[in-house]
Amino acid sequence: MSSAAHSVVEPSRWVRILAGTVVVIYAIITIVPMLWIFMTGFKTPPDSISYPPKLLFEPSLEGYVNLFTTRTRQTPEYMQQLPPPQTWWDELVRSRQMVIAGPSKFGERFMNSVIIGFGSTFLSVFLGTLAAYAFSRFRVPLKDDLMFFILSTRMMPPIAVAIPIFLMYRAVGLSDTHLGMILLYTAVNVSLAVWLLKGFIDEIPREYEEAALIDGYTRLQAFVKVVLPQAATGIAATAIFCLIFAWNEYAFALLLTSGTAQTAPPFIPTIIGEGGLDWPAVAAGATLFLIPIVVFTILLRKHLLRGITFGAVRK
Amino acid sequence: MAETTSALDRIAARAARATPVPVARRLRGLSDRGIAWLFITPTILLLLAINIFPLIWTIWLSFTNYRANRPTLETEFIGLQNYQRVLSNPDVWHTLQVTARFLCWTMAIQTVLGFALAWLINRQFRGHGFWTTVILLPMMLSPAVVGNFWTFLYQPQIGLFNYVVSFFTGIPPSSFQMIGDVNLAPWAIVIVDTWMWTPYIMLICLAGLRSIPDYLYEAAEVDRASPWRQFWSITVPMVLPFLMLAVLFRAIENFKMFDLVVELTSGGPGSVTELASINLKREAFEKWRTGYSSAFAIILFVTVFGAANIYVKALNAVKNR
Repeated sequence: MSSAAHSVVEPSRWVRILAGTVVVIYAIITIVPMLWIFMTGFKTPPDSISYPPKLLFEPSLEGYVNLFTTRTRQTPEYMQQLPPPQTWWDELVRSRQMVIAGPSKFGERFMNSVIIGFGSTFLSVFLGTLAAYAFSRFRVPLKDDLMFFILSTRMMPPIAVAIPIFLMYRAVGLSDTHLGMILLYTAVNVSLAVWLLKGFIDEIPREYEEAALIDGYTRLQAFVKVVLPQAATGIAATAIFCLIFAWNEYAFALLLTSGTAQTAPPFIPTIIGEGGLDWPAVAAGATLFLIPIVVFTILLRKHLLRGITFGAVRK
Repeated sequence: MAETTSALDRIAARAARATPVPVARRLRGLSDRGIAWLFITPTILLLLAINIFPLIWTIWLSFTNYRANRPTLETEFIGLQNYQRVLSNPDVWHTLQVTARFLCWTMAIQTVLGFALAWLINRQFRGHGFWTTVILLPMMLSPAVVGNFWTFLYQPQIGLFNYVVSFFTGIPPSSFQMIGDVNLAPWAIVIVDTWMWTPYIMLICLAGLRSIPDYLYEAAEVDRASPWRQFWSITVPMVLPFLMLAVLFRAIENFKMFDLVVELTSGGPGSVTELASINLKREAFEKWRTGYSSAFAIILFVTVFGAANIYVKALNAVKNR
């Protein structure tokens, strides 16, 4: 009978092609807004707001120049008495009757994202690895309760704890500091790190450590020399998930920072050009900000499922 | 004198008790129990300091008239007045309705779409790995940056969204505004949320589908079960626990949804997209009604926890069926 060929186990060629077509159409719809961000970053401001939307355009780096500089408009007389432009970006800005007044705050905000993102990632993975190892290998009293407690902290709405954290940070001088944000994101991420890493460490056979212990290693030596290298892939995957969260976080960054430690997500939407948002510059900022995550997502494919479900669903 | 001696004796005895650990064993490092506590304590302390302590503080603040912008004002304990004010405020009920509607629509659409996509991807067509990754990308991006950029796509005069809609339907692009219109703005956020988070449901459903052993279908083939019957008797029940877990995680996240909507509509026009968390932020950080907003936060928190617990019970019932 032909029905066997049409079963779910072995779909027929036509079923595959049909399924593939629908999925590809959906994927293309998905990717369009992202491609549009990327393209807008290379448009000139007039091209970005032309109608109908321009699919073909002459690429320009004006968005990126505007993203990294602040500019002032000058009179033609003033422009004429200036020495000739030294660089291509000087020339680009002057062609719009403007001169570069200085760097913008984007670089600084981006660096804050890097410092806070990597700082909190390092700390949460460090603490998470230790705790996950202990939960995986030792008899800890109230283990299940402690594990659930750790997970439940992640379910709290950020705004519910933002007020006292705001007051607490103000009292101890941590508000609007890198350290304060690193500690905060670490506290949010450590739950994910413990749950994920416990899953990864559970999968490493205990025999490896037992062999090391018999060879005269101490527990700590066995942990550092045997377990850690075995868990390296899991640790890397966990680190990237923590980084993605810290990188994308917005509510705490908006409420608890005002300048010094502000990360890029609350900053990018405020990039103002002449007469409203400077869309090519916003798009350029968004592109630079999104690229690392896109790269990580592609690298992470295999671990995605465990990461987004705290390991609750095994794959 | 006798007392002093006995005290000295006790100290000596204690010292003797403290040292019998052989030097060799101490060199071998900490005991297992010691390592366990050493490894777990920092995490627990950090969570107590930055999660539990603030939560308890929120509970305390919810019973006071404290205002964070006037710390000098004397703080008074006012009992349940804040809770009464929150629950009798029509604005609060409005934001809860907005949140509930948002949750219903996003969950319904994303569940159907996510499951359908997973089911299709599971057909293992050529290049399915690549296209799956493409579909997964939006959920890894920053919701705030994405929300901000979608305001650009939604611009009635220059945006891509209106252009595409008018290209396919012939409706003039400048005749409707997705985020400026009272009727369309809620749909604007549903569309972006669906775009971002359908992959989440899809991915978990895919794991569910892949966990179904082939022999179940083979047995059904032997029994001459129709594909339709196979779908409803094997596929759906086997994926349901996964799907319910995905919905739980998404519903919790969407209930606290803030970043995407703040950048997209900031609750407007009027307050048609004002989700509970956005209202909470306004009360706490714009009007500085700290006590009141703490009460509101606790009510939301209890709601999520209560609902999540009931839901988990249902989930376990489905799993153990």
